[in-house]
Amino acid sequence: MDWISLLLVPAIKSLVVVVALLTGFAYLSYVERKLVARFQVRYGPNRAGPFGILQPISDALKMVFKEEIVPLNVDHVVYLLSPALTVMPALVIWAVIPVSGASFTLFGQTITPYVSDVNVGLLYILAIASLATYGIVLAGWSSNNKYSLLGALRTSSQMLSYELPMGITLVSVLLIAGSLSLVDIVQAQRGVWFALLQPIGFIIYFICGLAEAGRSPFDLPETENELVSGFATEYGGIKFALFFMGEYIHMITISALATTFFLGGWYGPFVNQIPVLGLVYFLIKVAFMIFLIVWIRASLPRIRYDKLMHFCWKFLLPLSLLNLVVTAVVLVLVG
Amino acid sequence: MLREVWSGSIEILRAMWITLKHFFRPPVTNQYPDDRVPVYPRFRARHVLKRYENGLERCIGCSLCAAACPTDCILVIAAENTEENRRSPGERYAEVYEINLLRCIFCGYCAEACPTEAIVLEHDFELSTHNRWDAIITQEELLEPHEPDYILIRDDQVWVEPKWGHLTK
Ligand code: SF4
Ligand code: SF4
Repeated sequence: MDWISLLLVPAIKSLVVVVALLTGFAYLSYVERKLVARFQVRYGPNRAGPFGILQPISDALKMVFKEEIVPLNVDHVVYLLSPALTVMPALVIWAVIPVSGASFTLFGQTITPYVSDVNVGLLYILAIASLATYGIVLAGWSSNNKYSLLGALRTSSQMLSYELPMGITLVSVLLIAGSLSLVDIVQAQRGVWFALLQPIGFIIYFICGLAEAGRSPFDLPETENELVSGFATEYGGIKFALFFMGEYIHMITISALATTFFLGGWYGPFVNQIPVLGLVYFLIKVAFMIFLIVWIRASLPRIRYDKLMHFCWKFLLPLSLLNLVVTAVVLVLVG
Repeated sequence: MLREVWSGSIEILRAMWITLKHFFRPPVTNQYPDDRVPVYPRFRARHVLKRYENGLERCIGCSLCAAACPTDCILVIAAENTEENRRSPGERYAEVYEINLLRCIFCGYCAEACPTEAIVLEHDFELSTHNRWDAIITQEELLEPHEPDYILIRDDQVWVEPKWGHLTK
């Protein structure tokens, strides 16, 4: 009995989350290509199956059957390990994200809508999110290629810099919610979404999220016009697909976190009467955030590297500190 | 700095508004194999060896086209016409006539050089093959008639796609 609720239930839930995320990744690549195509007045993939919905499957098959090429003089173990290292953190973060409000009972077990409710959930997320940098840095270093190395260096400095304003913004969220647990943070948004209480915080978080996931206009890690393909230059086939997967799952994760921290998580009208709506609202909000990210990718050019750093250190960081101070003062005054 | 932030944000919003407007437009892509693009009458693609009205080949095997060709991709081997086997009105005809399309640059010099206007660049542009050797086209493939039904020819008086608004005649 005890081991069931301790091991089996979390294991099954993790499996469900991982499978859902991997499917989500596959179809996100399709959806993004479709959306970007429509932004550019094209059709996008429409050959494989009706409306091209089998495109991800054909892409996956193509990737799997590519020749495994390992360049000479790479650091073998690290080279093969780093793609996995980039995917893993983006998946692991989902352990603490509540996707719905209602628990339900199955075979005498209460199934909660999250894998686990860690009481330091926010710290856990910040810690795990930083791990993704390792995969990229190690990939760049082990590839024995100057473009990979430069791409990796850029990535690491970009991610480390943008983590600061992101963390500070999340501290303001923490101040309002009064808890580090993501479940409590969502529950604190029962009345008002934090996006309304923290509009500047939301924008800063979103910008930093784009930078963390390496999405346009912050896709400096893989600037093809100057660095070939950045850290992924020497990777091909399924190993490249893993980096790709890492980037896309990161995108889903960033959207889910933005939803959880700022858009009220699974809260929405009538969610108390019909508990399933919680999951629906959550998915709608995540889908909206993803659409926003793709929309930005279709609209904005990539920014220059020094501008990227200036923007972070001279603008975002002071702004997020100011935001934190104002939040704290207002909270004390209001009581 | 505040002004910079303000104008920058306005610029970003403008950019996103423009892309959003395009998002709701119907795509302009031509769905090529299903939806054929008609070519102009003077479009220069694959060669055709012409015939006279009475069916005789125009080519007299003079190799001037091969001499004019800048990429040296035409092979002509001539043979004498006899009374029993008459393929062209002159003394000789081309027994072998091959063009290597992998080397051809579709410059049309061969057509310029030809004294009898036997070789002409016509409309068939679907030249991909599964095998490199198939890219060398032989006399049988080159000789008229070669009018595949997938090639559509358009009116050369209309210069701009009517669906793009300005019709020029
Ligand atoms: S079109 Fe130009 S390149 Fe092609 S066969 Fe004729 S002369 Fe040669
Ligand atoms: S195609 Fe024209 S130029 Fe070429 S061999 Fe025949 S007659 Fe001469």
